[in-house]
Amino acid sequence: MEGLKAQSVETVEPGYNAVKKGSKAEVKSNISNIQRLKRDKWLYLLLIPGLAYFIIFKYLPMWGIVIAFQDYSPFLGVFGSKWVGFENFIDFFKNPDFFRLLENTFILACLDLVFFFPAPIILALLLNELRLQAYKSVVQTFIYVPHFMSWVIIASITYIFFTTSGGVVNEIVSLIYGKEINFLSSPEWFRPLIMGQIIWKESGWGTVIFLAALASVDKEQYEAAIVDGAGRMRRLWHVTLPAVRSTIVVLLILRLGNFLDTGFQQIFLMSNSLNRSVADVFDTYVYFVGITQGAYSYSTAVGLFKAIVGVVLVLGANKLAKKMGQDGIF
Amino acid sequence: MSMPKMHNTPAGRVFDVFNFILMGIIGIIMVSPFLYIIAGSFATEAELTRRSFFIFPETFTLTAYQYIFSTDTFTRSILVSIGVTLVGTLVCLFFTFSMAYPLSRKTLMGRNFFMNLIVFSMLFSGGMIPGYIVVKSLGLLDSYWALILPIAINPFNLIIVKTFFQNIPIELEEAAKIDGCSEVGIFWRIMLPLSKPVLATFALFYAVAIWNDFFSALLYITDSAKWPVQVLLQQIIILSQAQLGDAASTSANFVEPPDQSLKLAVVVVATLPILIVYPFLQKHFAKGMLLGSVKG
Repeated sequence: MEGLKAQSVETVEPGYNAVKKGSKAEVKSNISNIQRLKRDKWLYLLLIPGLAYFIIFKYLPMWGIVIAFQDYSPFLGVFGSKWVGFENFIDFFKNPDFFRLLENTFILACLDLVFFFPAPIILALLLNELRLQAYKSVVQTFIYVPHFMSWVIIASITYIFFTTSGGVVNEIVSLIYGKEINFLSSPEWFRPLIMGQIIWKESGWGTVIFLAALASVDKEQYEAAIVDGAGRMRRLWHVTLPAVRSTIVVLLILRLGNFLDTGFQQIFLMSNSLNRSVADVFDTYVYFVGITQGAYSYSTAVGLFKAIVGVVLVLGANKLAKKMGQDGIF
Repeated sequence: MSMPKMHNTPAGRVFDVFNFILMGIIGIIMVSPFLYIIAGSFATEAELTRRSFFIFPETFTLTAYQYIFSTDTFTRSILVSIGVTLVGTLVCLFFTFSMAYPLSRKTLMGRNFFMNLIVFSMLFSGGMIPGYIVVKSLGLLDSYWALILPIAINPFNLIIVKTFFQNIPIELEEAAKIDGCSEVGIFWRIMLPLSKPVLATFALFYAVAIWNDFFSALLYITDSAKWPVQVLLQQIIILSQAQLGDAASTSANFVEPPDQSLKLAVVVVATLPILIVYPFLQKHFAKGMLLGSVKG
């Protein structure tokens, strides 16, 4: 981030001059901090709205996590509510809901890793093999569309297509199978629907990052491989895949770090009273218990548990990647 | 990327043809639901029951749209969405650009501290409930501001804009200083005009995010008269008509249970703004995402 060393040119103010000449130490010796604050007062003024945003909407909620250790009541506020230590966490771990949530979240996350994660990679590799550039960009234009739609639109379209009252899919199913399948409210169809939706919405867009990595492959490498007599598959294996390997690892780390993040909006919109046994995950549970039932402290504890597991996972995955000889993300 | 010249084996040629067809099919499958929704919204009820899938309606009718724009519930929520998106975009741009500029100045004291503050908030968040309590205690529940302020800055966007300001040649700034321009003057008269294309791009990013936002409205808006389109859509299609009846009967205007083409038309109304800006989106979002992934 500190790139772009400013070139020394005629300057107006001593402060700027000093920075250009050299190190930070030089700045300090030339002008005092108070002078710097004074000089930049307009810049600080510009900074205020943004800073206020981060403090109010990012850091105040972080501080608000303390209610996970309280029996928070909106009337008493954070300062007046009783401290209960880890009671909310213990309640949660003892609750039979805990294992159900863990299981549902875990299964969805694994399915996501197995079915959704490779989808953009495969799609990008296939797109990359298309010879006709114009055709390739048309396909790209098509497959990026769903990414820009909201989850409500994606879920609405799913409902319209899969409903038993005149949905396209069920009309076809009843032609072949003889009767309709209640996709939207049967627990066994919940997970396939979720996977289908995410692949539809995001796998096209997911190719962007891989296509960029593939575009940076030196063409001479392919030529050299051809000279060495490598066929199409071997070029794919020895030239193309190594080019995207680090991208895959970074995305895999990020994904493992977000392992428990089963998209709230998607699951929320697709769950109903009939498929709740498989649909409830940590995020939706926090919403139902916290917002609709008003158990603020308990649901904050659930959210914090999930966030901490997330941090542990991301650090662990990063370490693992470094052990495997990859760069990691930090 | 085009492959270097190479002789293709017969198996390779078969693969090429197969791949060509496969990619076409995948592309068509991914957009066809939208095409059906659009076509269906212009079709008659009879056609919708008779034909299961089509891209062109046999008889073209605007009944569904006439109904939408004649009822208060629909027009109001469309207006809410448009209003919140317009105001919200301006607010987001103001917050993002006014913060990005000072952070792009390398001599600013405390710059690293502020940057760390931002990056940390990207890694760890307070979560849904503490965020809700903050919005609630600010008295923003059932206020349109609750749909804007909590998402006023996207940290990824902020960092990209900061990098953009950083890359503006320093000579421009110095020339302005010699001419007696103040810091604010530099920001207002030099930096902002220079960043017009960037402003336009991020206006688009934010507008799409706000238009598509369902989460904020779900959490913070309980008054059905203030629902944006996304929530109305959820009520009509996902929660079925009964619930809409409940919700609508609490407000002054009762909405009759919508029929099929009406449902499709509401989806189209919610989708259309995105489809209109899509050509620009495709171009700029890809660039933005790659930049963001390099920096973040």
